[in-house]
Amino acid sequence: MSLPILSLVTFVPLLGALAILLMPNAARWIALGTTVVVFILSLVTWAGFDNSNPGFQMVEKLDWLGGGISYHMGVDGISILFVVLTAGLMPFCIAASWESIETRVAEYMVAFLVLETMMIGVFCALDLVLFYVLFEAGLIPMFLIIGIWGGKRRVYASFKFFLYTFVGSVLMLLAIMSMYWYSGTTDIVTLLNGVHFPPHMQIWLWLAFFASFAVKMPMWPVHTWLPDAHVEAPTAGSVILAGILLKMGGYGFLRFSLPMFPSATEMFAPLVFTMSIVAIIYTSLVALAQEDMKKLIAYSSVAHMGFVTLGIFTLTHQGVEGGIFQMISHGVVSGALFLCVGVVYDRLHTREIAAYGGLASRMPLYAACFLVFTLANVGLPGTSGFIGEFLTMMGAYLHNSWLAIFSATGVILSAAYALFLYRRIIFGALVKPSLQAIEDLTAREIALLAPLVVITIALGFYPKPVLDVTTPAVAKLIADNKTALAMDHATGAFARARATKTEVVAELHKGAGR
Amino acid sequence: MSLQTDLLVLLPELILAIGAMALLLFGAITGEKSAPVVSWGAIALLVVAGAATVMGPEQASAFHNAFIADGFSRFAKLLILSGAALSILLADEFFVSVKLSRFELPVIMLLATLGMMLMVSASNFLSLYMGLELQSLALYVLAAFNRDHLRSSEAGLKYFVLGALSSGMLLYGISLIYGFTGSTDFAAIATATHGAAPGLGVIFGIVFLISGLAFKVSAVPFHMWTPDVYEGAPTPVTAYFATAAKVAALCLFLRAILTPFPDLIHQWRQVIIAISVLSMVLGAVAAIGQTNIKRLMAYSSIGHMGYALLGLAAGTSLGARGVLIYLAIYVFTNLGVFACIQAMRRGGKAVENISDLAGLARNDLKLAVVFSMLFLSLAGLPPLAGFFGKFYVFLAAIQAGLFIPAVLGVLASTVGLVYYLRVVKVMFFDEPAHAFDLITGIGSKAIMVLSGVVALLFIFAASPVITAADAAARSLIP
Repeated sequence: MSLPILSLVTFVPLLGALAILLMPNAARWIALGTTVVVFILSLVTWAGFDNSNPGFQMVEKLDWLGGGISYHMGVDGISILFVVLTAGLMPFCIAASWESIETRVAEYMVAFLVLETMMIGVFCALDLVLFYVLFEAGLIPMFLIIGIWGGKRRVYASFKFFLYTFVGSVLMLLAIMSMYWYSGTTDIVTLLNGVHFPPHMQIWLWLAFFASFAVKMPMWPVHTWLPDAHVEAPTAGSVILAGILLKMGGYGFLRFSLPMFPSATEMFAPLVFTMSIVAIIYTSLVALAQEDMKKLIAYSSVAHMGFVTLGIFTLTHQGVEGGIFQMISHGVVSGALFLCVGVVYDRLHTREIAAYGGLASRMPLYAACFLVFTLANVGLPGTSGFIGEFLTMMGAYLHNSWLAIFSATGVILSAAYALFLYRRIIFGALVKPSLQAIEDLTAREIALLAPLVVITIALGFYPKPVLDVTTPAVAKLIADNKTALAMDHATGAFARARATKTEVVAELHKGAGR
Repeated sequence: MSLQTDLLVLLPELILAIGAMALLLFGAITGEKSAPVVSWGAIALLVVAGAATVMGPEQASAFHNAFIADGFSRFAKLLILSGAALSILLADEFFVSVKLSRFELPVIMLLATLGMMLMVSASNFLSLYMGLELQSLALYVLAAFNRDHLRSSEAGLKYFVLGALSSGMLLYGISLIYGFTGSTDFAAIATATHGAAPGLGVIFGIVFLISGLAFKVSAVPFHMWTPDVYEGAPTPVTAYFATAAKVAALCLFLRAILTPFPDLIHQWRQVIIAISVLSMVLGAVAAIGQTNIKRLMAYSSIGHMGYALLGLAAGTSLGARGVLIYLAIYVFTNLGVFACIQAMRRGGKAVENISDLAGLARNDLKLAVVFSMLFLSLAGLPPLAGFFGKFYVFLAAIQAGLFIPAVLGVLASTVGLVYYLRVVKVMFFDEPAHAFDLITGIGSKAIMVLSGVVALLFIFAASPVITAADAAARSLIP
């Protein structure tokens, strides 16, 4: 394929942003048009994707900084779905902001389009430096989105979001540099297929990458930025945060930690399992006690991401695939839940659960949509949420039955908090005077929520399109991991896991010779 | 070697020296009105000197190796000349607006620039000192240039007293090194210290040398003068201090450590690491509490010198390459920041508090966007230019095995992010204060646009700069 389709998908949003700068009055329409075009382009990419090929496809490579650092783009079975998910959620975000954003509209749309470029780029990047640049660059527009268009404590939330994520990432940057000096390149394809890091180095590299992705994910106990960011962000900001930004952490584990540092992954897996189980149970309990709708969904996101890390690190086929599916499903469902919160927030301007009650009688359509997403969040069979949780728990069971037992309690708790939320908002008598005149969904809101309802249910009954894409790539990932792990065990490499500093430095200098 | 060939090597410096004299005469004859003409004349001279530098010999030395022109000095000189020319452009507009326009200013800046060019070309401690003092004396005058202004006089005096002290320490270090190695020539010292066990005298000399140089680059613990001088000096002069003067001092630092003492790396490296880490940490932490934007920039520059010194601590040509890339980006970013600071005027008066920037994004979106972009670039956020400066410095540090300083450095950069973000927050999130006066100067606008373009688009054009810096660094350490 000669057309650089991935670059198009990535950089068309920037063109849209430039167009808005020239015509700020048409910002809404330009942004919507751009995101729809990008979505169509991403579908074209998906259509051209060969499911049977586990390697990278639609690869583009140009020299960039020299010295083995290049502009290298490509997708495989793991990343293509995230590209489609990002491109797919963006039009919803723009549409959700259509009326609720009234000030500085052009700047808002520019920030979203720039953010889209960075997010899609992260999933397409096949060079570590390029990945890092895009990974970090996305913080700036998100910082502005929370800080300018956010709620009352927006400054606190935006700073917390920025600093938490940044501190994890800079450690990853140092790890990237060490990898560069060891291997002489930052090319991800080369690193995946031809470079094997010695185990004592893997440990440090793994920890550095973990610092970045665990915050992004976010895993307990570094999840505290997420509830604040979610509560203060405008609706569309929350959708992107929950739908896409959190997925970068899981994607990072799959792309880097598992295949590149297999011995360290094996070594640290119990730590990850513990953190995941704590996240699932603890944050579910915390969610039960929330009085703010967005905060409740934010904590539920942390719990759901716990399932993802649990599944990924079991290194079983079901677990990893379930983790990916769970991320895609959660991207759609949590995004939709935040849109649902946005619907009532636009009407009453409060997110307090106690301010609502009995909405079913005046807003039947809304109640129905909200029900579908609530049940998907719980993981009811027939919704997309079920497939992901079921697969991850199956993977966990294969690995260690205790893991499955603990994580299953999380499913029960999620039913408790989600249904409790639903009951308090939708059911009961409509007695509050402020709710007497509340209107049901407008045409724009129906257009927003209906496609998401369809996707949620369709994926619940027929997950094959997604699983078909991921299966070969996941199989390759696990096979590569096993091979590399066997190599480490065979050489008894862990016997000398503690190398002296001189040895480490000598190893770093090898890269120059390669 | 004949005198003629020697002089040819020094052509750019000669152009500046003779040109500065001529402009001084011209100004003295025509009087105060001639200040703008002298300014433009000075800028033209700097451009001509830049052209002479580019066309000069690839590798040459003059006056018995006291003066050397190589790729490294060429890279540094081009940065110094750009910083000087753009600062004069800023100064011209500034002093017209405060009605203090004097023709001496561009002339003194030319002389300081001449000193800086000698500094980066010096390959003997005597010529080094000569260049350094020419620069320093001119800078003392510049700091106090707004002479009816209390702060400015204080800045000049403080800078002079502390600068003289540091020069004394530097001289003492040089004399010790001379006493124990028998030479002031860099190459001869390298031969003398090669192989043999390092004597205590030489090490003492190096420590004093580093202390004196640390003063000039404002590295902790010799940084105390920086905030006062930055705050007190007229804004364009501060811009000049923060750009051209820093480039000169740091490049001199690199050459004066790396060329004579390559075999003593284990002795000087620990000192450099200490001042580098302390500068990074102090620059980041102390800046958080600042309310005056020029003091903030002073602490920011202390931190930035810390990052750059990490490249020196690596002690390799990769480290020198990192420092050069860092400086190139730093110069253009800082010039833009000071052009923005100079544009902070309300009712004809300059304001300097960070709170004065409140809600700038509503009043003047373009200025706010450029300003915050430059600040985020200084913070080292990708995809802006500043990231690549830090990237190449840390890359060299990691290769040299300086893991702990590198980790401390990136953590300090996170702390530093707080105060950079705070300024962005004030401009974008806060409620608007009164609007600033319209920016009238074409020069300031041009500098802002230039800096903004460099910060934003460096990512696409990084490769040639990296290649050039690589070649320059290799001419210093093969």
